[in-house]
Amino acid sequence: MISTPQIDVVAIGPELVLVGSAIVVLLVPVVWRGLAHVAVLGLSLAGVAGALVASVLLWNREGEPTALAGAVAVDRFGVVVRLLLLVIAAISLVYGHHYFERSDEWRAEFYALVLLATSGMTLIAVAADLIVVFLALEILSLALYVMTGLSSRLGSVEGAMKYFLLGSFSSAFFLFGVAMAYGATGSTSLASISRALAGATDGVALALAGMGLLAVGFAFKVSAVPFHMWTPDVYQGAPTAVTAYMSAATKVAGFAALIRVFNIALQPLAWDWRPLVWALAAISVVVGSVLAIAQTDIKRMLAYSSISHAGFVLTGVVAAGETGIRAALFYLAAYAFTVLGAFGVVMLVSARGELRTTLASYRGLGRRSPLLAALLALFLLSLAGIPPTAGFVAKVYVFGAAIDVGAWPLALVGVVASVVAAFFYLRVIVLMYMQEPEGVAETDETVLPRLAVSVPAFAVLALGVFPGLIAGFLDRAAVLRW
Amino acid sequence: MPWLTIVIFLPLVGIPFMLWRGLSDAYAKWLTLSVMLADLAFAVGALATFDRSASGYQLVEQVEWVSSVGLSYLVGVDGFSIWLVVLSAVMFPVGVLSAWSVTHRVRELMALTLALQTVVIGAFCALDVLLFFVFFEALLFPMFLIIGIWGSARRVYASVKFFLYTMLGSAFILVGLLYLWAQASQQFGQGSFDIRLLEQLSLSVGEQRWLFLAFFIGFAVKVPVFPLHTWLPDAHTEAPTLGSIVLAALLLKAGPYGMLRFNLDLFPEAARYFADAIAVLALIGIVYGAIVAMMQTDVKRLVAYSSVSHMGFVVLGIFTLTSEGTSGAVIQMVNHGLSTGLLFLVVGILYERTHTREIADLGGLARVTPGIAAAFLVASLSSIGLPGLNNFIGEFLVILGAFGSDRLFGAIAVTGVVLGAVYMLWAYQRTFEGPPVDRWRGIRDVLPPEIAAIVPIVALMVVIGVYPKPVLERIDPSASGVVRWVRAVETDQEGLPGGIRAEVQPSYRPPPEAQTVGPG
Repeated sequence: MISTPQIDVVAIGPELVLVGSAIVVLLVPVVWRGLAHVAVLGLSLAGVAGALVASVLLWNREGEPTALAGAVAVDRFGVVVRLLLLVIAAISLVYGHHYFERSDEWRAEFYALVLLATSGMTLIAVAADLIVVFLALEILSLALYVMTGLSSRLGSVEGAMKYFLLGSFSSAFFLFGVAMAYGATGSTSLASISRALAGATDGVALALAGMGLLAVGFAFKVSAVPFHMWTPDVYQGAPTAVTAYMSAATKVAGFAALIRVFNIALQPLAWDWRPLVWALAAISVVVGSVLAIAQTDIKRMLAYSSISHAGFVLTGVVAAGETGIRAALFYLAAYAFTVLGAFGVVMLVSARGELRTTLASYRGLGRRSPLLAALLALFLLSLAGIPPTAGFVAKVYVFGAAIDVGAWPLALVGVVASVVAAFFYLRVIVLMYMQEPEGVAETDETVLPRLAVSVPAFAVLALGVFPGLIAGFLDRAAVLRW
Repeated sequence: MPWLTIVIFLPLVGIPFMLWRGLSDAYAKWLTLSVMLADLAFAVGALATFDRSASGYQLVEQVEWVSSVGLSYLVGVDGFSIWLVVLSAVMFPVGVLSAWSVTHRVRELMALTLALQTVVIGAFCALDVLLFFVFFEALLFPMFLIIGIWGSARRVYASVKFFLYTMLGSAFILVGLLYLWAQASQQFGQGSFDIRLLEQLSLSVGEQRWLFLAFFIGFAVKVPVFPLHTWLPDAHTEAPTLGSIVLAALLLKAGPYGMLRFNLDLFPEAARYFADAIAVLALIGIVYGAIVAMMQTDVKRLVAYSSVSHMGFVVLGIFTLTSEGTSGAVIQMVNHGLSTGLLFLVVGILYERTHTREIADLGGLARVTPGIAAAFLVASLSSIGLPGLNNFIGEFLVILGAFGSDRLFGAIAVTGVVLGAVYMLWAYQRTFEGPPVDRWRGIRDVLPPEIAAIVPIVALMVVIGVYPKPVLERIDPSASGVVRWVRAVETDQEGLPGGIRAEVQPSYRPPPEAQTVGPG
């Protein structure tokens, strides 16, 4: 007879709420045909709010570090990452609602897919077992593949296909890595793997191979070089609202899982994975920054920029332990808000669907639409790491963490790459403010998405000027329990 | 009273008004000017409360900012920075007056200028290295926009070059200061960016030298030190008059100020090691800048290259590592701010009237516009170091210091002064003397806002030139303090115990944690 573990509903409360509301959002428009579109948005936002409450309830939870027979972790790291993901999801829902309404492609599936993808992402952030990590990875990936292809444009479908094929490969790599880790240690639970590796004297080769394959899987998800090939096409092809969500949320979720797996299960191998992460970080910042210079489409440019930012987060991860986790968390929060805001502005400048995403269409935006131009300038400065924005503080955090463990050459590579990167961010600002507009272009004056874009703007400034606001929370969240 | 905090952040008060679309251009200018004059009043107040005989940091304010990483809002001034704060408070209103005739996007220009003032003064007051870096880096963007939006023909190229060049330089500073932070967290058990703590770190000779270079490159780009100066002629020439004045008078000062504050304080051993090499670079800059200035056909570019030459004196003064040289360097920063600020102002007025900067097109203007000619002449005379005007004091002290450290240095520096006289007077002669050109017959002489900008600068030039004592006596304690600090280490070959350092420079009170570091 198989003994079933006790189901601790509270520990996975946020995920349950998200999945539940996804189902509701899918079914309600079918049953009630005449339902206003905005009501669907309201329903999904209510779901996100419920998940937020459920996450906050876990903040002060003590006791066992894991729940559901060691499947999910219960710690503040998980809570902070979930909160971040849920805020991203809420803003993206508003974006997407507006985007699909305006381009006449409205579908209730979008809301359900965002909720499902978010449930996968929040689950991966707390997954304490490699099998659960894989499960969550598949949940979020499948939802994202569909979202990428949600528009009937050719680029969107092509992007989805590419994402799906390459993503499946990377999932296979990841699964293979799980198998190797199991072979080496006899368990898939992060804590048991760690304990087994700590005492292991032989069989480390198998574990190392597993580590490499897991790293490939994660590197693909967070788009680190050389596993970044899908990023530009997918970011460009996907509907802009989906790109916004994907760029912010996938990075947060992927890194949360990477941090947990590498700092718990592979912690005994830290001396082996550090050089690996070091190299990934260095190549990513350089390649991302350099290739972004050649782009003429803003979505592609931001895609390459996201590759370089993956490298910056990895720079923090190199430090391992509390310092590194804290730095990476701050960077993720800063980057998520910044990129969410940037794509939000891109969506509003496009006005309808995927019109005007070339850099040339940003000519004279400072005249045409001062608010959007100012917001985009703020986000670009944050991406470039210029004070007083969140991006600057984030860079200080990750470089500080890297230098603290003696990886100052990596920090040097990082700062030089960020100067290279500043060039293409500045180019957009030059277009917006120092050139005259060409012809008359329609701008999107809707209020709701503008409000949604100003939330990240506020966050970027607040975190830039008063990083202390969340530094205290991050300090407490930087301790992984296992 | 939190003097410095008020002086730093008061300009920000004006910005919300500038965002209001209904504000007319004239009111925007008046409002900006009055905010800046109020700021000047507070800067003078800070100067009045400054204790002239002390060499340590004064008017210090400290507020925790991010306590978990040891970052704090820590500001204070010593005999060096107090003058730069006052200079900033003087030159910003001058800059605004120079922009009185601007009609293109005035509110934006005023908002950026106000933001820039906060950032510039903040950089001069910060005693927390990261806070300094925040201000230092935040300088770039407003200046980038001012050059890029209101500049002349090649403004975009010049602004991007300015931004990237300077950002690349400061990237090294960021790595350096984070390295110091990591060292502090190892040696003191708690990371810190407080310069008063960081100077107590014991660093190996190799570490000191690398860190010195990292900081030096960052500041050298800003100064600019030859051969890192190539951004400057472009930025200066393409910038609008307001931008040139602020850039020349204040932004460039962040470079030598940073060297004084950080390179000498934090890495005394390395400072002595590199002093001669840097002095040579400074001398090359002095002579090269002067010769290139002589060859210019564009009067604004000429003034820009003269800046390269004059800033060479400042760097030379600092790295003579003598108290005369250091005092001279600091007063020379103020002088250069005044005289080059005035030169750019006059050149800007000239350009506004004639729409040309080519010396060959001008000529005989003294008859038509005696006021402009007089202002240019005074600025030129000051700039070439005529006794009785301000630059004489600074150049004299620097050259004195240079002779003190190496006679050859002094001799070469003097040729810079001679060459300076050649290009400035020649420029004056070609522009203002000779037969009047018909084209320029109808142009107007100086207007009231321009007079209001010129007169205070000229007055200050004369005051400093005739009676420099009030300035020098406030600089001297800090200058001799820092020189003793750098020189003290000479006798001690290995490591530099904090105890000895503290004895040498009693005003730099070592914090309790640091006292345990040294063996003594």
